[in-house]
Amino acid sequence: MRYIIAVSFQLNYMDDNVLEKLKILAESAKYDVSCSSSGTTRSNQKNGIGNAAGWGICHSFAEDGRCISLLKIMLTNYCIYDCAYCINRRSNDLKRATFSVSELVNLTIEFYRRNYIEGLFLSSGVVRNPDYTMERLVRVAKDLRLVHRFNGYIHLKSIPGASRELVNEAGLYADRLSVNIEIPNEKSLQLLAPEKDFQSVFKPMSYIQQGVLQSAEERKKYRYAPRFAPAGQSTQMIVGASAENDKDILRLSSSLYQRPSMKRVYYSGYIPVNTYDNRLPALKQPPLVRENRLYQADWLLRFYEFKVDEIVNDAFPDLDLEIDPKLSWALRHPEAFPVDINKADYEMLLRIPGIGVKSAKLIIVSRRYGHLGASQLKKIGVVMKKAQYFITCHELPVRTVNELTPEVVRSVLTRKPGKVSDDRQLVLQFQE
Amino acid sequence: MVIFLYDKTFDGLLTAVYEAYFRKSFPDVLLAQGAPLPLFYDELVTIYTDDEKVDRVWKGLQKRISESALSCLAVCWLSELPEVDILLFRYIRKAFDSPKSIELNFGDTDILEVSKIWKKVNQEKHRVIEFVRFQKAEDGTFFAAMEPMYNVLPLVTSHFKDRFADQKWLLYDLKREYGYYYDLTEVSEVRFDNKDSHLLSGILNDNLMAEDEKIFQRLWKEYFKAITIRERINPRLHRQHMPVRFWKYLTEKQN
Repeated sequence: MRYIIAVSFQLNYMDDNVLEKLKILAESAKYDVSCSSSGTTRSNQKNGIGNAAGWGICHSFAEDGRCISLLKIMLTNYCIYDCAYCINRRSNDLKRATFSVSELVNLTIEFYRRNYIEGLFLSSGVVRNPDYTMERLVRVAKDLRLVHRFNGYIHLKSIPGASRELVNEAGLYADRLSVNIEIPNEKSLQLLAPEKDFQSVFKPMSYIQQGVLQSAEERKKYRYAPRFAPAGQSTQMIVGASAENDKDILRLSSSLYQRPSMKRVYYSGYIPVNTYDNRLPALKQPPLVRENRLYQADWLLRFYEFKVDEIVNDAFPDLDLEIDPKLSWALRHPEAFPVDINKADYEMLLRIPGIGVKSAKLIIVSRRYGHLGASQLKKIGVVMKKAQYFITCHELPVRTVNELTPEVVRSVLTRKPGKVSDDRQLVLQFQE
Repeated sequence: MVIFLYDKTFDGLLTAVYEAYFRKSFPDVLLAQGAPLPLFYDELVTIYTDDEKVDRVWKGLQKRISESALSCLAVCWLSELPEVDILLFRYIRKAFDSPKSIELNFGDTDILEVSKIWKKVNQEKHRVIEFVRFQKAEDGTFFAAMEPMYNVLPLVTSHFKDRFADQKWLLYDLKREYGYYYDLTEVSEVRFDNKDSHLLSGILNDNLMAEDEKIFQRLWKEYFKAITIRERINPRLHRQHMPVRFWKYLTEKQN
């Protein structure tokens, strides 16, 4: 009896302890944007638990509207570095904690069994040195895969400066690896994080890429050769913590996407976590609109066959915050419009504001059966409010962007609902 | 107006298709047997579901449309929407009457509508996969209950069977009062005559819960709170991604 009490006491004590650690380490991990669980399809193996669905599954949404797919957590938030933009920097006075490998593995499995999560996204502050830290991260993944036969999703952060051997081992157990660039320009990075440089970021990135390519090559020869980080790698840049404009950021993303293993670049609007540091700008609010526009531009790069110079260039170094980058491109290029819905090729359909990937594909397959009219386009899902100025389909009145001028289309589309303007009143467009 | 009365099953619908072609008269309305009839109609036909006829129609369809379009029809049926039967009837008729495959002609209202319903049901399926929360019972069975908008449980069992192959689970639809139970070897449909409180409320009683269940629920709730970035709170986006109708059974949304 006494033994049971002692055990249950220990159980309770341990849980409070774990609870406290969980809170601290989740708080420390939450500024990392990535939480996706896509890119790997893997069914469960015998006597194992879990599988991975290729499209990724969100299991919950936090009150900030962000998806919770993976248990996003740090192994420890102690850190030897002092990066200005990071909440876990050495000089910050905050609660610190470290999970043991078994605590974290147990937590992951139990959460997974209850369908709370899709897997684990593990990151860590750097303790002692990069290799020591990386080795501990790998141990968690290895334990999950080999001891617990866990087939769910694992995303590991590769610690900047970690050695090639450890990155290679990580790739065997993890679905996705990531190294965060954080600051898109080396000079700014050196200013804000004197202990880091681009080398320490790009080296592990290239290790990952080589691992992915090598494994793909081997799997061509031997079907059961081990997969290396099957969901590729991702990275993140902080927006608004340094002086870079959207052109710098998007050019870097575009060159990253040209690498074969790079799947996603995330943008994180800078949230002033260390307000006392005067190397950082004083922001009233995180730049959420800019972040959103960057993601839209990112989509144009990845799914809409845009080139980065079409979105931002020396004449337009920053994205328009008022309208989305595709509309912005269309208004700068009225000569490309109107587009004939029944004839234009897929690439051109994608460039019409108000038509997305899905509606463009539907248009392509449906127009084989006959001409499409405006009412059908609307039902298919085309946003006619925008698209009407850029298309013809044999029946619309020809009031396109060319007749109305881009300025008028812009003012119509950015008009706030509720504000009634008088058509008889002359409106003068002032350039800022 | 031609009215067909049938038994509101998918097989009944396929039999109705057979009968319509046999009689060369096509229904304007499909009604359940025993449903109140409209005041005026020209013809009333009662359909008796017949496996042979079902088989013939299905085989005919297999020749006309692709495997994925066929599964799309079955998925739409699970939407249980009031007008979905006559819509599917029209779709099938178009498939039979057209010389070439019609399934990609999204300029046609019926075909677009079928694809839209498919999308809705499929989304509900994904939401069930996302938002189901299992609670561990004393005997080691994991129990979860939900009220999905459409009858999507049959679509998700294979996912959970693969994923949680080494744990017993019971997935229960509170609205339609049936569920699926996995006993470590196979999934079977279950119905209960005497309903315990968790089959009505969806929440396990404390005395039925496994010892550590409360602990993990608490850990998950705290994690859910801690992961939120307070500077970015956005209740509208939150509700848009995770509609309020699911909150009742979400562990992290309970107090």
